Amino acid sequence: MQLRPILSTLRRHKLTATLLTLQVAFTCAIVCNVAFMIAGRVQRISVPTGMAENTLAVIESTSIEKGQNQQAQHTADLAALRGLPGVQSAVAVSYSLPLDQSEASRGTCPSKQALDRAEQINSIEGSGCVQPAQYDGTPGLINTLGLRLVAGRDFRPDEYVSTGKPTVAIVTRALARHLYPDKQALGQSTYDGDNYIRIVGIVDTFLRPNLRNPGVDDESMIWPQRPDSSSVLYVLRSVPQDRQRVLKAAAAALLKANPNRLIDPQRMQTYTQIRAKYFQRDTTMIGLLLASALGLLFVSALGISGLANFWVQQRRRTIGIRRAIGATSGDILRYFQTENFLIVSFGIALGILLAFALNLTLMKFYELPRLPLYYLPIGALLLWLLGQLAVLGPALRAAAVPPVVATRSV
Amino acid sequence: MFGYYLDLAWHSLKRSPVLTALMVLAIGLGIGASMTMMTVLHVLTDDPMPGRSSQLFTPHLDPLPLNYKQGDDSPDAADNVTWPDAMALLKAHRAERQAAMAGGTLLVRPARADLRPFNVDGRFATADFFAMFGLTFEYGEAWSAVNDAARAHVVVLSDTLHRKLFGNGSGIGQDVRLGDHDFRVIGVSADWQPKPLFYADPGAQHYSDADQFFIPLSAAVDLKLSTNGNQSGWGKNNDSTSLTGATMTWLQFWVQLDSPAQVQAYRQFLVDYSAQQKALGRFERPSTDAKLYTLMDWLNHENLVPNDVRLQLWLALGFLFVCMVNIVALLLAKFLRRSSEISVRRALGARRRDIFLQLGIESALIGVAGGMLGIVIAQIGLWSVRHRPDDYAQLAQMDIPMLLGTLALAIVASVVAGLLPAWRACRVQPALQLKTS
Repeated sequence: MQLRPILSTLRRHKLTATLLTLQVAFTCAIVCNVAFMIAGRVQRISVPTGMAENTLAVIESTSIEKGQNQQAQHTADLAALRGLPGVQSAVAVSYSLPLDQSEASRGTCPSKQALDRAEQINSIEGSGCVQPAQYDGTPGLINTLGLRLVAGRDFRPDEYVSTGKPTVAIVTRALARHLYPDKQALGQSTYDGDNYIRIVGIVDTFLRPNLRNPGVDDESMIWPQRPDSSSVLYVLRSVPQDRQRVLKAAAAALLKANPNRLIDPQRMQTYTQIRAKYFQRDTTMIGLLLASALGLLFVSALGISGLANFWVQQRRRTIGIRRAIGATSGDILRYFQTENFLIVSFGIALGILLAFALNLTLMKFYELPRLPLYYLPIGALLLWLLGQLAVLGPALRAAAVPPVVATRSV
Repeated sequence: MFGYYLDLAWHSLKRSPVLTALMVLAIGLGIGASMTMMTVLHVLTDDPMPGRSSQLFTPHLDPLPLNYKQGDDSPDAADNVTWPDAMALLKAHRAERQAAMAGGTLLVRPARADLRPFNVDGRFATADFFAMFGLTFEYGEAWSAVNDAARAHVVVLSDTLHRKLFGNGSGIGQDVRLGDHDFRVIGVSADWQPKPLFYADPGAQHYSDADQFFIPLSAAVDLKLSTNGNQSGWGKNNDSTSLTGATMTWLQFWVQLDSPAQVQAYRQFLVDYSAQQKALGRFERPSTDAKLYTLMDWLNHENLVPNDVRLQLWLALGFLFVCMVNIVALLLAKFLRRSSEISVRRALGARRRDIFLQLGIESALIGVAGGMLGIVIAQIGLWSVRHRPDDYAQLAQMDIPMLLGTLALAIVASVVAGLLPAWRACRVQPALQLKTS
């Protein structure tokens, strides 16, 4: 296949060919970046919480009675909830679960020296201290949530406190590594300014209520502390398909046990719903990004095949002449395919530069990371494929032009 | 001539229906996506108080100590005002009207037996709030500065809450139990929900929250009612958590200033006030840090538009741009293919201008059709935005200016897209074309 005749034809259609190249370039640049954004969002929404999510349902109860013994009420409520058919276990936490937004966090240091260091530089950064999310809950929390204990043990019943701080805690693996980078975290005592709290267990993963950045999202600690506020979150474990029914039964049971409370229907959710709500903006964005990427590819394919169609019609006579002087229909087919390949290649070359420029802009305004290099060959391959598919129809029609056309006047 | 060109354009478009349809589809998709996102941005950045916003201002003092470290994710502590500062500004009375306020959620315990207790959002405010923001009253009236001073247990209900509690009867003069205290209803305001709720704390849901009750701020502080929103303290002792302490910001403050001279004077007053506080040792930062935001500048400062929405708009505009390049290429190929026809017309005496006009009308026709399709697609797009659970979702409606804007954008886009091809086509050499065909 000779490129010279193709290039000289393209030179005669400079403007049109340039426009098509530009279109391919912009499509390449946008689609590469959009694909990268989609990958980022997908990664974000698929972060594991460490819990057996599809077995959990949550109901919030707020007492409106003054001066009530909250913990006695919680105990009675839990007993009622555990008696419901379908409920495998139930615990109370004060307000927070992973991805459920309201977060309690507190500065925790690996030692008293680290805290002194932090106070000296008036910042937690660089002192060795961290800000883990803090969870509490009634006995049985680890098992009900389905957290995986990788070292140490669960809390003993005598370790639970009703008021004040406990003396032991369970931390996530990420927090253990951050607090004690070069020693065994199990058995160490953390210091928070007033108390030493000993680490008795390490769970694999237990995500924060509110994501910050991937480096610290999994830094949480659990205290053996019973909730003591008027507002409490009951977590119910059941088989997945029972959850809605269990929630309804739980609301009725709670109101029956004590009607002096508020149960917000918005806060009767399966954990799947909590997760979907937390990531709702991301899922919308993924849908939109996907739609716009597909739309762009579609429009590009449209432009390529539309233009090829015109060129085939315009060149009918010349194609006929070439056929008449000996070109096979395969030659004609390959001619159009090569022409398309050239245009798309120019477009891709320009598109790669544009993709980087666009990525730099996005990095500046939307805190996006740098575009990894492997997106470019994938994008290029996709566009080459798309171009060849789009040109196939017109090219086949061109190849079917009979040599006799050459002898007819138009 | 216009009618004739329209006729010619129609025939030309009919000759290649598939291609025409695809061009219309491409421009329709591009316009539809762009207009959907522009409408969302338009309603998000709209003026919540048309006609009044230019007279509303919020002072911004900076009482933070020099070594105060602002958290990365938390809102700016200086965006709110401390109690002593708010009271000083109120007492100084340098503006036409001024009010301090904070949001709160209270439990309503209805007297009606058929209603269970429920939580409602409302506002603790000072007397000028109603006149300054222009709330209208269905029954009764607002409280006065005298009630503020007396920490009176009075409440103004919104029409919705009033109806819910008292049905069609009148609740004026009756007591409503909010939290653990009784408040006497003195007024019922027409429902009031500026979008966004510009005077709310930075942490509020600005596009969906609405105030259902209003209580004197002095009474709320007196009764230690809990407030919504960000409370940032920096004191060493209890002062940092006490509502009336000098080292915790939690209040919003708005003033009404009617003339540029008043605005100028108030700005100077804020700087002077800060300088005075600095001399007293309370403020540590330069007194020129004191600012006076207009309402629209304040919304800008709060940055209420989610980043995702801006990104979506850019995405849609990028999509429109690629569609445009596409249409330019297709029209160019299409017009150039008709070189011989154009040459014949030129040879028969048509001027370049006539050819240009003829081809321009053809592209405009595609634009009109694309614009119509764009409107339909934008309506579908907005419908899907309304089904998102975001707090601004319900606002996503197209108004008349946006509707006309869509059509205008489509026509401008397609005429611009047709310019280059038409210009190129009307410059073909008739002699050459006539010879070769």
